[in-house]
Amino acid sequence: MGTSVFYFVATLSIIFSLMVIFSKNPIHSVLYLILTFFTFTVHYVLLNAQFLAVVNFIVYMGAIMVLFLFVLMLLNLNKENEPNKSALVKILGVIAGGCLLVTLVGSFKAVSINSPLVLQNPNLGLVKNLGKELFGPFMLPFELSSILLLTAMVGAVLLTKKEEKANG
Amino acid sequence: MDINFVIEKFALVTILFSISLVIAMYSTYAERKVAAFLQDRLGPDRAGPFGILQPLADGLKMFMKEEIIPSNASKWLFMVGPGLAMLCACIGTAVIPWGQDLNIGGRVVPLQVTDINVGVLYLFGVVSLGVYGVMIGGWASNNKYSLLSAIRAASQNISYEVAMGLSIIALLLMTNTLSLKEIVAQQHGWHWNVIYQPLGFIIFMVCSFAETNRAPFDLPECETELIGGYHTEYSSMKLGFYLFAEYINMFVSSAVMATLYFGGYNYPWMDTVAAHVSPNTAALIGTVILFAKIFAFIFFFMWVRWTIPRFRYDQLMNLGWKTLIPLAIANIIVTGIVIAVVNKF
Repeated sequence: MGTSVFYFVATLSIIFSLMVIFSKNPIHSVLYLILTFFTFTVHYVLLNAQFLAVVNFIVYMGAIMVLFLFVLMLLNLNKENEPNKSALVKILGVIAGGCLLVTLVGSFKAVSINSPLVLQNPNLGLVKNLGKELFGPFMLPFELSSILLLTAMVGAVLLTKKEEKANG
Repeated sequence: MDINFVIEKFALVTILFSISLVIAMYSTYAERKVAAFLQDRLGPDRAGPFGILQPLADGLKMFMKEEIIPSNASKWLFMVGPGLAMLCACIGTAVIPWGQDLNIGGRVVPLQVTDINVGVLYLFGVVSLGVYGVMIGGWASNNKYSLLSAIRAASQNISYEVAMGLSIIALLLMTNTLSLKEIVAQQHGWHWNVIYQPLGFIIFMVCSFAETNRAPFDLPECETELIGGYHTEYSSMKLGFYLFAEYINMFVSSAVMATLYFGGYNYPWMDTVAAHVSPNTAALIGTVILFAKIFAFIFFFMWVRWTIPRFRYDQLMNLGWKTLIPLAIANIIVTGIVIAVVNKF
């Protein structure tokens, strides 16, 4: 049953991700992206990573996508007032997309399907185990990444402060 | 899968659903009666004795009204909005433990739909998803007032979620678990979390007022500025869904506050009571007590609504970011230090 659920949800993920790109309306794109993240949550649940599933749910679906939607609504982008993209941007887009495709194909070739990755501890995704892992062997990278986030936050606050001074 | 298990869960979900809907229905009546009481009026008293049939009359009215979808609205999303609001409001009840285990014919039946070990976070996810109903509905209406309201709802929810999360962290430091069942079991008798976390509780409560868009934080439906807010363009039962979802949200957040901070189904001298009656009766008494706590919270929600005037938007943001979040962080630090000191000695 697990595999059939996986294939069903994986198909949905791919369809929704494609819809993100193909939707003309940016708001619809964001809504499809929310659905895509929801299917990711289901994937995490299937992998028995409950904590990651629910955090993905809260942070990506509940917070980041709300902000995306918020900004898009604020800008109120429509098909009519969408700026014409220059040829240079289009060519750059094609090149970047091509590079991504090459990387993806290369990485898929490198992974041999014959030896699937097996977790030593299937309950690793539960909160207690994950916490012990994060604050044990991975203490330093975890703390460093949180400092990185803090730096970004302070930077963002500082940027808005500067603007205020220039205006007033 | 055990067929009894499926039947048991199905029955529980159905009962919870009906209870939420009935409570939401009678909350509308209670709200008007409480408002009348606080303003020295009578309130609805025409439909049936004391007007208790008023919610049925209102519901019927909602169903019979003409359904209008604005011609320039995004039709599909216009319909998704209220549905999503209702869905998010209803699924929150799944992880709340409504009572101690019952024993029916030798089977142990837990009065909780599911005891996932990330229960608190699940509730959080549901709360953060709730804003989509408002945002999608507000945007799809193609009305500038609705849009403004949707934007307000988004920024308000995001801001208060932060403080809410921080206030819960202090609680989790004490309980050491994310499972709501265990959190309630730890509060046996008088050991309610509110005694140890009074500041955390106050922050949590203020945030749940903001998350449910209740007065004094009902900025998304501020009539004086935005006509009707996000549901300006809605009519008939779609409007009914939005109004209903607000009351169900109020019920669920009252249940969450009662569970997290006020001991859930626990009450003082419960052991004495349990010694005199059968275990099933004791469990049901606990459930009744939990509902009494929930009704007290719902009354408090209404009391506040008819006492405190609506905040201005900048006041709302200042309260969230400059008062509640620093307080919540201080609360975490103090709780952490106290726990470390207590564990040391």
